[in-house]
Amino acid sequence: MTEVDITSKTMDGIGPHGVKVGLLRVLGPAHVWALGVGIVLVGEYMGWNFAVGKGGAYAALIACWFAGILYTCVAMIDSEVTSTVASAGGQYTQAKHIVGPLMAFNVGLYLVFAYTMLEAANAITAGYLVSVVATITGHEGALNQRPFIILVIMFLAWLNYRGVLATLTFNLVITAFAFAAILILFLSTSGIIGAGIMDHAALFEGHELPYGWIGILASLHFGLWYYLGIEGTTQAAEEVRSPARALPFGTLAGIMTLLIAATLTWYVCSGVLPWEFLGDGVNGSVAPLFDTARLSGSAGLVWLLGFGTLFATLASANGCINDASRAWFAMGRDKYLPGWFGAVHPKYRTPYRAIVFLVPIALIFALGAPLDQVITFSILSGLLGYTFMPLNIIMFRRKWPLNSIKRGYEHPFHPLPAITLLTLCGVTFFAVFLGYGTQLVAMIGFYIVVSLWFHFWRYRFVNRGAQFTMPWPKPQGY
Amino acid sequence: MAQYQPPTQGKASQLIDVIVLVVLTVGALFVPIWLGMAGAAKSVTAPVANPTWESLNQNAAQAAKYEALGFTPESAHDLILSRFDYSFSIGALLTMIVVIVLYYFLILRFSEVEYREVISEKFGE
Repeated sequence: MTEVDITSKTMDGIGPHGVKVGLLRVLGPAHVWALGVGIVLVGEYMGWNFAVGKGGAYAALIACWFAGILYTCVAMIDSEVTSTVASAGGQYTQAKHIVGPLMAFNVGLYLVFAYTMLEAANAITAGYLVSVVATITGHEGALNQRPFIILVIMFLAWLNYRGVLATLTFNLVITAFAFAAILILFLSTSGIIGAGIMDHAALFEGHELPYGWIGILASLHFGLWYYLGIEGTTQAAEEVRSPARALPFGTLAGIMTLLIAATLTWYVCSGVLPWEFLGDGVNGSVAPLFDTARLSGSAGLVWLLGFGTLFATLASANGCINDASRAWFAMGRDKYLPGWFGAVHPKYRTPYRAIVFLVPIALIFALGAPLDQVITFSILSGLLGYTFMPLNIIMFRRKWPLNSIKRGYEHPFHPLPAITLLTLCGVTFFAVFLGYGTQLVAMIGFYIVVSLWFHFWRYRFVNRGAQFTMPWPKPQGY
Repeated sequence: MAQYQPPTQGKASQLIDVIVLVVLTVGALFVPIWLGMAGAAKSVTAPVANPTWESLNQNAAQAAKYEALGFTPESAHDLILSRFDYSFSIGALLTMIVVIVLYYFLILRFSEVEYREVISEKFGE
C-alpha cells in the first residue's frame, strides 16, 4: 500500500513537476460544477438540434437519452480516476500514468481540439445572436458577425489570462442564469404557468421518424452535443482545494443537471418548432431555445433566452479556454510539446502562454469553417477520448487494484460502465460515419500522422521516468 | 537501468514542431472542406414546383409555425425537403472500421513500449 492517501488534507497525490510556481488552489465543488455544466450547457442552446435534422424529433430524444447513458458512464469512470490522478491535464495525465506516453499525447490533443472547436462554435453562435438582436432592434441589412466573434474569443482569453478564480466565478453566475432561463421557458410554455403553446402531436404528425430506424442511429452523432465537455471538470484538478471530494461531487452533480436540462430542452423546442427548421442549425434554427422564445409571443422570454444563449456561449467558451489551455500547458510541461508552453504566469499563476497560443487557433476555426463542421470536429475529438476511457479504467483497475491505492471515489458495477461506454462509442462512430464519414477518416488520419510524428521524433525530448509523477506503487504486471 | 538523458531542443526546432502541429491540425479540418468532401450535404431529391404547404406535406399547425417564423412555401421549400443520403457501401464501412481499429492498435502498441521504459526507469528493473 502506498503511503500517500489521495483523500488526505495535507497530501493529495500531486507530485512535483519541476516548476517553481504552481497553479493556485482556490476552487470548490461549485466551481467544478460550473466548469462542467458551463462548458456543456451551451449544447442545449445550440448544436443539439442537428440531431433532429439527422433523424427527426423522436430520434433526437432517443439519442439524448442514449448519449446521457454514455456520459453517465464517462462521469462515473472519470470521477474514480480523477479523484486519484488529481493533476492539471485531466485525462491526459491519467493516460500518461495508466496507458503510456503516446496515448497521453493523443488524449491531450483530443482535449485541446474538442475544447478549442467548441470554443469556436460558441463564438460563431454569439456572433449570430448579436446579428439577430441587431435585426430585432431595427438594424437594417446584414450585420458583420466577425468582429463580435473575435471580441468574444479575445475577451475570454484575457479573462483566463488574469486568473482562474475570477474566470470560474464568472462562469458560475452566468451558467446559473442560463440554466434558470431554460427552466423559466419550460414553465412558461408548457402550460404550468399561463397558457401552454406546446403542440407535439400536430408538429410530429407524418414526420415521426423521417429516416426510419437508421435515423435514430445517425442522431446519436449530434446527441453527444447535449453533454460534450462534462469531462472537462478534471482539468481543474490541480486548482481545487480538495480534489478527492470536489471533483466527483462536481462532475456527478453536473451530469444530473445536464440530463434534466437536455430533456427539457428537447421537450420545449420540439413542441414549438417544426422538425425540419429545428434540425437545420445552419439555414434554420441556429439557436433553438431562442427561436422557441420568439414564437412564444413574450418579449420578456425573448430577452431572457437571448441573454441565456449569450451567457451559455460565453460560459462554454470560457470553460473551453480554461480546459484546452490546461491540457496544452500540461503537455508543454512534460515536453510532449515544446517546453516553452509549460510556464505559469508569475503573478496570475495561470498557464498564460498556452492561453495566448490557442487564441489564433480558435479564431482560424471560428472565422473559417461552417458551424456543423466545427461541431463535428469537436465531437470526433471527444468521441476518441471517450473510447479511451473504458480502456483506461480497465487498465487502471488491473494495474492498481482497489486495495493498492485509496481512491477518493470508487465507481460501482465495474466493468459494466466500461463495456457500456465502449459499445455506445462504437455505435456513435457508425452514427458519425452516416453523413460525415470523410471527416471521420480525415480526423483519424490526422491522429495517425501526429502519433507517428510523436513516437519517432518528438518523444526523444521527453524524460522517461520523470513523466510518472504520482506517488503510487509500481503497477502490477511490470 | 541507465537514466535516459533527452537532448536539449533549440528554439528554432521548437518553433518548427509547433508549426508542424498547427499545419496538420488546420489541414485535418480544412482539406476535406477545400476538396468538397466535407460530407453531410443534404439535397432535395424530389423538388416540388409551385410549392404549397400541402404539397410540402405540412399540416395546418406546421404551416402556421413556418409562417410565424417568416417563411413562405417557396422560401421553406429547400429547408423542408432537404434530406441526408444514408446509403453506404460495405466497403466504406469496413474501411472506417479498419482505420479506427488500426489507429487504436497503433497507439496502444507504441504506448506499451514507451510505458515499460517509463516504469523501468521510475521503479527500477
